[in-house]
Amino acid sequence: MRQVDDLRLDHLTKSFGEMTAVDDLSLTIPAGSFFALVGASGCGKTTTLRMVAGLEDPTSGRILIGDRDITGMRAYQRPVNTVFQSYALFPHLDIYENVAFGLRRRGIKDVKGPVESMLDLVELGPMARRKPSQLSGGQQQRVAVARALINEPEVLLLDEPLGALDLKLRRQMQIELKRIQTEVGTTFVHVTHDQEEAMTMADTVAVMNAGRIEQMGYPAEVYELPRTLFVANFLGQSNIISGAVAGSDGSMVTVSAHGAAFRLPGDRNSASGAAILVGVRPEKVTLLDAVDSARVPAPHNRVDGTVTDVSYTGVSTQYLVRTPWGQELTVFEQNDIVGDRAAVGDPVVMHWAVEHTFGLEP
Amino acid sequence: MNWLRKNLIAIIGILVLIYLFIPIAVIAVMSFNKPEGKFNISWNQFSTDAWQNLCGVPGVCDSFLVSIQIGLISTVVATIFGTMIAFALVRYRFRGRSSTNLLIFLPMATPEVVMGSSLLALFLNLRFPLGEVTVIIAHIMFIISFVVVTVKARLQGLDPRLEEAARDLYASPRATFRYVTLPLVLPGIIGAALLGFALSFDDFIISFFNAGTLVTFPIFIWGAAQRGIPVQVNALATLVFLVALVVVLTSQFVSYRRRKSLEILPEEDRSPATVDVMSRS
Ligand SMILES: Nc1ncnc2c1ncn2[C@@H]1O[C@H](COP(=O)(O)OP(=O)(O)OP(=O)(O)O)[C@@H](O)[C@H]1O
Ligand SMILES: [Mg+2]
Repeated sequence: MRQVDDLRLDHLTKSFGEMTAVDDLSLTIPAGSFFALVGASGCGKTTTLRMVAGLEDPTSGRILIGDRDITGMRAYQRPVNTVFQSYALFPHLDIYENVAFGLRRRGIKDVKGPVESMLDLVELGPMARRKPSQLSGGQQQRVAVARALINEPEVLLLDEPLGALDLKLRRQMQIELKRIQTEVGTTFVHVTHDQEEAMTMADTVAVMNAGRIEQMGYPAEVYELPRTLFVANFLGQSNIISGAVAGSDGSMVTVSAHGAAFRLPGDRNSASGAAILVGVRPEKVTLLDAVDSARVPAPHNRVDGTVTDVSYTGVSTQYLVRTPWGQELTVFEQNDIVGDRAAVGDPVVMHWAVEHTFGLEP
Repeated sequence: MNWLRKNLIAIIGILVLIYLFIPIAVIAVMSFNKPEGKFNISWNQFSTDAWQNLCGVPGVCDSFLVSIQIGLISTVVATIFGTMIAFALVRYRFRGRSSTNLLIFLPMATPEVVMGSSLLALFLNLRFPLGEVTVIIAHIMFIISFVVVTVKARLQGLDPRLEEAARDLYASPRATFRYVTLPLVLPGIIGAALLGFALSFDDFIISFFNAGTLVTFPIFIWGAAQRGIPVQVNALATLVFLVALVVVLTSQFVSYRRRKSLEILPEEDRSPATVDVMSRS
């Protein structure tokens, strides 16, 4: 595999007039990794990619590949290629010429071999002489990937390339993309709205909010231990209870909230002061009938409540439970229990392991 | 009655087409006439004299060639400048852009008589000798507007992301223009040029004011009309019509072929087996 360097963004900022689209962004994307950038609409993901591609000039900051500063380089000089959200295939050229475009512009005469093997890689060999408009959405998407990848860029930028596809094709393309990435070893930077897609495909997930990276890390790490309220709610769902730190014994933090006490490990607490938000993922919570409350394991956090809504979703059942202080918490239960499920109006006890609890800065 | 209701639109359509084509047909038919007197008005006798001796009447071919020359020169110049103006108007934000956008329509909106006479006044004031140059200047002026409008529409319909994709794929600004922008805008430019040439070749009023002693084809016909139009004029006019027809049919055929090749194929045609056959055709 060839030598590739890390992509580094160094205090990158982009303003459009008053509006700051990307705000002092610094991050390192390891060479050969699959990096996913997720975030709400308008948070600056596309702008970040466009700056890396050279299609937008940063207001300040630097972009580096290894030790090479590419900030001042023009788009056509950068070892970076983009798969555009709309594909942007050249409508006047056939598939073959679309894929050969980058090679030809760099003065490479013998394009036949590389183009054909690239078309084979994306399984479009027989379509070589068709025009883009004669292909289905998924096929066009693969052409867009092939057209970028054939140049063996050090970094491949993908701006929601699967956005236009239906769910089935999307899953298929996700597997395809991941396979290609593993095969060629290029650094992939993948922007997506679909947090599930980000988590299944990426080595590293970065959650972006209002022009800044709120948190990044391994998908499981970010999911299991969100460090900000935005991440806790954007990447999956969370139950959040506001309270105050009552004290800490050893490695445990004790929180009192609405007359109840919660405990969480100190290293899972991101709150700096006394005010704290106690969080837990819905699938980590177990539901027990109130009469069985004695069966709650002693160290667990627990909250009494009344079921207000039950929705059956096949694999799991989703409950809404009203706490004594009037808040509704969400609980996901696998549908592997034998016997009756809790019904609306039932008094219940919710409990979860201390190790699944996290603390956030309000 | 029922039959009539079903075919009414077709009948009306055919009638309108006949109405449109009768003058042309008459011109073509009369080019094979051997008129009795000076006026080629009533059918007398079949003959191909005019076709065999196209330049037989003094001045016919000279004026025809003058018009062709003026048309070519003014079309080329106007297309180049008009295309550049269209690019500037669509691609760049500059002071006076919106007023330019508006002013470019003026020559199209101005009555030709007004434009022709004002230009004449201008040339006379400048003591600029009237002739081919003044006619060309006048023609370039009004053709430019048509070129700008046509090319602008085409450019505005061009997805800017295509050019970004080209830049991303190692195309320098020059290569981006050469391999992406130009091929996509070219149909608009060619259309504009064809229209421009037709307008120039056909123009009488503005040319008449600014021609001085120069005789263009329309001016020749106008002059001849008073003394009896020679049959050669019919033959030449028919020739022009045929050339135009060929041009139109060719462009229709090309765009038909292109549309056909761009057509989304029905689902069953998407299998690799049929693709091979398709791509060879
Ligand atoms: N050319 C521009 N001029 C002015 N504002 C812009 C421009 N491009 C983007 N913005 C603004 O910058 C912000 C970030 O835009 P960006 O396209 O990066 O969002 P995004 O994260 O890609 O959103 P989405 O998920 O909807 O694609 C938005 O508020 C947008 O309105
Ligand atoms: Mg975007």
